[in-house]
Amino acid sequence: MTPLQQELLIALVKVVVIFGALLTLFSLMTYLERRLLAFMQFRLGPNRTGPLGLLQPLADGVKLFFKEELVPEGANKWLFIAAPAVAVVTAFLSMAVVPWGGPVTIGGRDILLQIADLDVGILYIFAISSLGVYGIVLAGWSSNNKYTLMGGLRSAAQMFSYELALGLSWVGVIMIASSFRVADIVESQRGDWGLLHWNFLRQFVGFVVYVIAATAEVNRTPFDLAEAETELVAGFHTEYSSMRFALLQMAEYVNMITVCAIGASVFFGGWLAPLPALQVVFGVDIGLLWFLLKLAAGLFFFVWLRGTLPRVRYDQLMHFGWKVLVPVGMLNIVGTAAWYAFFA
Amino acid sequence: MSALDIVLFYFFATIALGAALVVVGQRNPTYSAFALIVSIASLSAIFGLLGSPFIAVLQVVVYAGAIMVLFVFVLMLLNVREEQKSEGRGTSPAFKAAALGLGGLLAVQILVVLLRATREGPAWAAHFDASARQVARRLFSAEYVYVFEATSILIVAALVGSLALARGGTSTRDKAAPPAGKSE
Repeated sequence: MTPLQQELLIALVKVVVIFGALLTLFSLMTYLERRLLAFMQFRLGPNRTGPLGLLQPLADGVKLFFKEELVPEGANKWLFIAAPAVAVVTAFLSMAVVPWGGPVTIGGRDILLQIADLDVGILYIFAISSLGVYGIVLAGWSSNNKYTLMGGLRSAAQMFSYELALGLSWVGVIMIASSFRVADIVESQRGDWGLLHWNFLRQFVGFVVYVIAATAEVNRTPFDLAEAETELVAGFHTEYSSMRFALLQMAEYVNMITVCAIGASVFFGGWLAPLPALQVVFGVDIGLLWFLLKLAAGLFFFVWLRGTLPRVRYDQLMHFGWKVLVPVGMLNIVGTAAWYAFFA
Repeated sequence: MSALDIVLFYFFATIALGAALVVVGQRNPTYSAFALIVSIASLSAIFGLLGSPFIAVLQVVVYAGAIMVLFVFVLMLLNVREEQKSEGRGTSPAFKAAALGLGGLLAVQILVVLLRATREGPAWAAHFDASARQVARRLFSAEYVYVFEATSILIVAALVGSLALARGGTSTRDKAAPPAGKSE
């Protein structure tokens, strides 16, 4: 094989593996979310299909496959079909630059545990997440239904507003690493004191802004106004059924996984161990395991939030985004810059 | 450029041009808006192929991700379904002549740029470094920094102006949500 063919083959294998991992994580998440939420509310949740109810996602999938695909009268048919695809594609795309672990050597080749190691990795994530809004907007608009339209518009305004705060929250971290590459940002958190070097301590303000903005960005409670069921039936996906509905759900969960993966990489040291001594166990670098643990903790946090907080009002959301989160993000940048200019 | 790069270039160039044709040829403004997004995204892929990922990403963040969201937002708020055929001044011969003249001028300009680029193409590409660091250095060098700052003041002025116009100069202190495009 020529080197180009080898590169292509490796890339293809990575894409397939990460795609499969994401799909598995997505179906596991639909189950875990319902189960954990149930425990938080003193219920049992789905526990009948298979051991502990673990086969529930499979049963849901089969059910959704056999449901009728409805296209509402007066809907814009092509855009209505395209919307879930746009949502899912943009959701999966941003996972391409997230590193799942440090570089590993297989057969004399250094292989990165990420699909693309871009120079502008973190900006790429930002760009793709800014495109994610179109899936929701298209779904809301093309359904020709006032509730979906309201849901789509709300979510467009919300994602647009909080995207800014999301971007601002990364700037301090980028300053510390002086690189846009995600792997460089992870490596900049390596140190003798383990987790004391992680960015959630060094960039605490940025971290708080990120958590809030990310929650809004993926439309999760307490910012799930795009699908506020008390006002909007089910928001932008009211008219969707069968697999198209499943695709929209998938996009939402994959976005959540992405946001947690990025949070783990940018603020919690990615594949680094909390104590340097725990990085290599029995001669094996267990970076992937640490990354997955951090990812799981992030996902649990989102479920926990949903079980705890009520939904905010729409005007509260907008005021908070523009008048609190964005200024705080800006101040954080000025503060970090001042630190580098005068003390470091 | 490897063979793969060339194939990818033609792939994205075709999409960009096709989508651009849809933008102007479509009667439905929503289709036009989304075609423009596709066109911008393909253009950004071409920037990536040219080895300037920073510009590629900015292209998507600024145009496809921010400005087009506002376009789409307005289209959805007004719920425009079909463009109306204008009967008024747009069809008068004077306007047609003016449009033809301007269009011709633009075509000539593009032709000149294309000819120059094909003649000295490799020479241009050689000192074409658009990494984030390089862009920042040029932007904050004495050559561009005043223009850059002046542009930002211009944008702030436009922003304040549009807010004043939208509020209509009334003194009623209504608690309307701020417009989503405040940051532009």
